Amino acid sequence: MGAWLLIGLVILYMGFLLIAPITALIKGAFEDGINPVLGSIRSEAFLKSLLLSVEIAVLVVGVQTIFGTLTAWVIVRHDFRGKGILNNVIDIPFAISPVVVGYMLLLLFGRNGFLSPVLEALNVKVAFAVPGMCLATLFVCLPFMIREMIPVIKGLDRQQELAAATLGANAWVNFWQIIFPQLKSALIYGMTLTLARALGEFGAVLIIGGGIQGRTETATLYIFRCLEERQFVQAYTMSIILGLFSVLIVVLADRIKHKVKFAD
Amino acid sequence: MDIPLSGTFQKRKLPHLAMRSAGLTYIILMIVVPLIVILQDGFREGVSELIRQISLPIAKHAIVLTLWTSALMTLINAVMGLITTYVIVRFSFPGKRLLNALIDLPLAIPTLVTGVMLVMLYGPQEAIGGFLSQKISLDIIFAPPGIVISLLFISFPFVVRNIQPVLQELDLTQEDAAATLGASPWKIFWKVVFPSLFLPLLSGSLLSFSRAVGEFGAVVIVAGNIPLKTQTAAVYVLGAVESENRLGASAVSILLVAIALLVLFIANKLHQRWGVKQ
Repeated sequence: MGAWLLIGLVILYMGFLLIAPITALIKGAFEDGINPVLGSIRSEAFLKSLLLSVEIAVLVVGVQTIFGTLTAWVIVRHDFRGKGILNNVIDIPFAISPVVVGYMLLLLFGRNGFLSPVLEALNVKVAFAVPGMCLATLFVCLPFMIREMIPVIKGLDRQQELAAATLGANAWVNFWQIIFPQLKSALIYGMTLTLARALGEFGAVLIIGGGIQGRTETATLYIFRCLEERQFVQAYTMSIILGLFSVLIVVLADRIKHKVKFAD
Repeated sequence: MDIPLSGTFQKRKLPHLAMRSAGLTYIILMIVVPLIVILQDGFREGVSELIRQISLPIAKHAIVLTLWTSALMTLINAVMGLITTYVIVRFSFPGKRLLNALIDLPLAIPTLVTGVMLVMLYGPQEAIGGFLSQKISLDIIFAPPGIVISLLFISFPFVVRNIQPVLQELDLTQEDAAATLGASPWKIFWKVVFPSLFLPLLSGSLLSFSRAVGEFGAVVIVAGNIPLKTQTAAVYVLGAVESENRLGASAVSILLVAIALLVLFIANKLHQRWGVKQ
């Protein structure tokens, strides 16, 4: 009896907190049928902003996969002074407000920024341009890959590596044949998390990118502008697309996680 | 068994060093440099100017609003997170697997989309929002309750995912022993189960607090941007940046960073103390 009361409470709470808002979004977007939704998908600004989001996210996932794995490897396998501090520094992007992230980058790369003489000399534009938005997204996504890889690298079977090395495998062969297969599922999981976070980034890219329509407008910035211009169907449609994509990613990541659990 | 990294691995000093430098450079360039820059900028006019900027009425109101809504959310999240985890780990019921998967949803859904969803549910023109507003004159959107609900949404996974592994590993024989000795389920929970969950619960709650203090996307949509009423600290920074109020932006940013880092540091320490830090 007490158990069912608790179960009911949890279902009610999660229903109220998580499911009700999602239902409201879907219901609201399709209020006037499917045609306005389809119409807004076909608009140029819609597609362009979505494409920019995907481009930035793919780039960030690529960089993060390489450097995140590398950093995780260094943290687990190497010994050096300051390693403890480094391990704590990695979590900082989790805690810092995205607005502050954007602002920090603006102080570095913006007009009168610390690096503005260098950027002018090189004739590169970072603030209010795509490179700055990539940097901002890299910052906020930084911990995901590293935190995902550290436990897996810790759990690697070193005897296999040593055996392979003894048998004459060079580092390259050792990595691809022995290490990589063991890291693969964690890599994919880390990549999906990073992808989801990158696609949804808003505060940091708003400040560093400025949300210039047609140039630095990502999918989330498009939603923000549409809301301000009271183009609600467009805003809701993009929200649904981003939301659906996130759900898909969560389901996928969940599957991968379960597969790994059973394989152990 | 620990195998010393001798022979083949340590002979290759150069790639070893190159890898380490690359990893370190990446972290320093990406995280440490921006942090130093913002500190330098905020303290440029001295500490007294920084304090003056934070105590300006609009800034102060934004900071206080951020802190109390985050604290209230943390309290609710701790209680409901504890109950949710207990139910999901200990009971079996239809739909449990779905519920377990749903927990991670807020991590994936863009916070801006969260804000949009909540406005559509509780907005004054919507069915539920209109009802609450007219019948019990409770405004959710463009008011503090909306801020708390959106913070609850985005921080929901933190507490649950922090306690879940600990509860799963918990030794059931102690509870069985207590039950055999005649302890009530309530007493068993408080005397046997809760003590082991306390540290993870505290650390998860702190994590959700630090996440909430900096939240922007959901809050800017749900609370709007009304100075001295619903403007939170992060939204204040946006306004300051847009109006080129560099001193104000830097001062409030530094405060936000300081709170976040302090809370994160304590949470990490707690995490290490119960010893499951991965």
